[in-house]
Amino acid sequence: MTPSNETIPVGIGIDTELGSASDAKGVPPVLELDTVSKIYETTPPVHALRGVNLTVHPGELVGIVGPSGSGKTTLLHLVGTLDRPSSGVVRLLGIDVAKMADADLAGLRATKIGFVFQQFFLAEHETVLDNVADGLLYAGIALSERRERALGALERVGLTTRPQARPTQLSGGQRQRVAIARALVGQPAIVLADEPTGNLDSATGQSILALIDELHTEGATILVITHDRDIAEGMPRRVEMLDGNIVADNNPARPLPIATLNGNHPERVEGDPWPSGGAQS
Amino acid sequence: MTVTPVEVRRRLRPADLGRLASVGIRTRKLRAGLSALGIAIGVAAIVAVLGLSSSSQAGLLAEIDQLGTNMLTVQNGQTLFGQPAELPKTAPAMIGRIAGATAVEDTAVVPMVSAYRSPVIPSIDTNALSVQAASLGLLGATGDTTAHGSYLNAATANEPVAVLGALAAQRLGIDRVYPGERIWLGNQWFYVAGILNPAVLAPDIDTSVLVGYPAAKTYLGSDGHPSTIYVRAQTDQVDSVHALLAPTANPETPSQVNVSQPSQALVARADAQSALNGLFLGLGAVALLVGAVGVANIMIISVLERRSEIGLRRALGATKGHIRTQFLAEAVLLSLIGGAVGVAIGALSTAVYASSKGWGVVIPVLAWGGGLGAALAIGGVAGLVPALRAARMSPTEALWSM
Repeated sequence: MTPSNETIPVGIGIDTELGSASDAKGVPPVLELDTVSKIYETTPPVHALRGVNLTVHPGELVGIVGPSGSGKTTLLHLVGTLDRPSSGVVRLLGIDVAKMADADLAGLRATKIGFVFQQFFLAEHETVLDNVADGLLYAGIALSERRERALGALERVGLTTRPQARPTQLSGGQRQRVAIARALVGQPAIVLADEPTGNLDSATGQSILALIDELHTEGATILVITHDRDIAEGMPRRVEMLDGNIVADNNPARPLPIATLNGNHPERVEGDPWPSGGAQS
Repeated sequence: MTVTPVEVRRRLRPADLGRLASVGIRTRKLRAGLSALGIAIGVAAIVAVLGLSSSSQAGLLAEIDQLGTNMLTVQNGQTLFGQPAELPKTAPAMIGRIAGATAVEDTAVVPMVSAYRSPVIPSIDTNALSVQAASLGLLGATGDTTAHGSYLNAATANEPVAVLGALAAQRLGIDRVYPGERIWLGNQWFYVAGILNPAVLAPDIDTSVLVGYPAAKTYLGSDGHPSTIYVRAQTDQVDSVHALLAPTANPETPSQVNVSQPSQALVARADAQSALNGLFLGLGAVALLVGAVGVANIMIISVLERRSEIGLRRALGATKGHIRTQFLAEAVLLSLIGGAVGVAIGALSTAVYASSKGWGVVIPVLAWGGGLGAALAIGGVAGLVPALRAARMSPTEALWSM
């Protein structure tokens, strides 16, 4: 499922996902959690997630909000395939993660999932350009092409002036933009952002949120995890978590993907009703 | 529900692996340098020991080559009853007729005569020196040269004049030749005409005091039977001359003649390894072992320090195998750098020492190849456990338990 049209830097796989999927039964959700539980086998055992159901469709911007200990980070681990559920099913792009070997999951992360962290996690000894290019390191792409695509990704986050600078020479907001560019460079099906503004002052945080909103407008599927209600308020879809459960979801229904507006009406997915007019960007 | 297989299991490109392997080394140069130093010292010791012994061997072989490998020595053997046999007086002349023999010279031990610094030295203090009558062209056959003074000539061969071998001169306490210098030989003074350089191919001459045949007969009562005949053969006919020497020297009883090729014994000696080599190689191996422990230690610390990097790489799509490969490659690279530096240091010290001795510089393939190979193996072994640890690390713990 390699993106066939790689010359479009703004596409985050959504067009091609639809293109290939609509030939079959319909548009698969990017992400499906079906009664997912996670128990950490400590003493006493910790029930981090208690039967969570969540479906995210292409093009959605979802804010997952909850206090610490609510299970939102565990949710991120499972969605990011960095951990496996104790029970329940996690499907990414329609694929049951439980049936995949570790190495295959790594391949999935390399090509379909982008991560943005609170602490940025940039390599200080590398240039900004190479930090972004490292987002494609494990996707089997040559360095020259990785750098070329990294330039495109930097352009998308509005950081084209200093591709050869070191991360230490940048401000916090700029660093987070670099990290976002790294998450986007592989044109993943979904971007997972864990407290992306947590290490930033509020003005800089606002600009990062504006960037996320803009990327969403361009069609990216983004899951933002935050403990900050104000941030979640700005998201088109808010999922509230508490004690391992989803306690509120302002828009559990499926939004209408952009492609359907263009006259491409995929059939319904079984067991998951397709509303006629879902919210969308 | 459409299940589209995701393309997975991608292999790192060699260039990318190289960049990844050098991350730790580039970011912490001093630490990497220090941990590679142990390996470098070990490899340098091994390369230098092997290089020096090979170079000295090459030097000796070159010397032997220069002296010629075509010299054969004929000596009197033993009779059936264990007595020293005598070579016929005609032996040198007979040998001179062998086709391929280019020079034939001889010496004859003068029995029961010893050389002393002066008459007051007790007669038992012979210094293990022998007195020999020598033919006038002896130096041409043995390849020896005079260090001081001159060799015997037709005139001095008739007179009480002696030439000292290198060790003989040393043991008699004579280090130069001046007019009137003399030694006590068979109850009479002999004047010293010259001192020889060490004779590599004819070590017997080193411990000899040489006089002319006529003088030996006149003053010391020698019977003139040669005891050693030095023969130079044409290089391509050494073997055939060798075969003919015994029957020619003593046609009646060829079995009482010993024929040898001194250069062969020297080559064999050059090939023999010194016991010290083993000791230094052992020390080098210990240094390598310590270096390996150092590399393993650094790699384990590095893995602990770089938890978040490991977690990030897993999030970016690295498999456990990718992480394992990265840290293993880093350990191997670290060791290889140490090994390469060690080979360079070892080769340089070999070159400096060998040049100062005038030897050819020889660094055997076994030395540098073995040094690099050992470094490679050490990196692999030392990096294995840290690499496995890094690969086992849970990405969620690595990223979220800061």
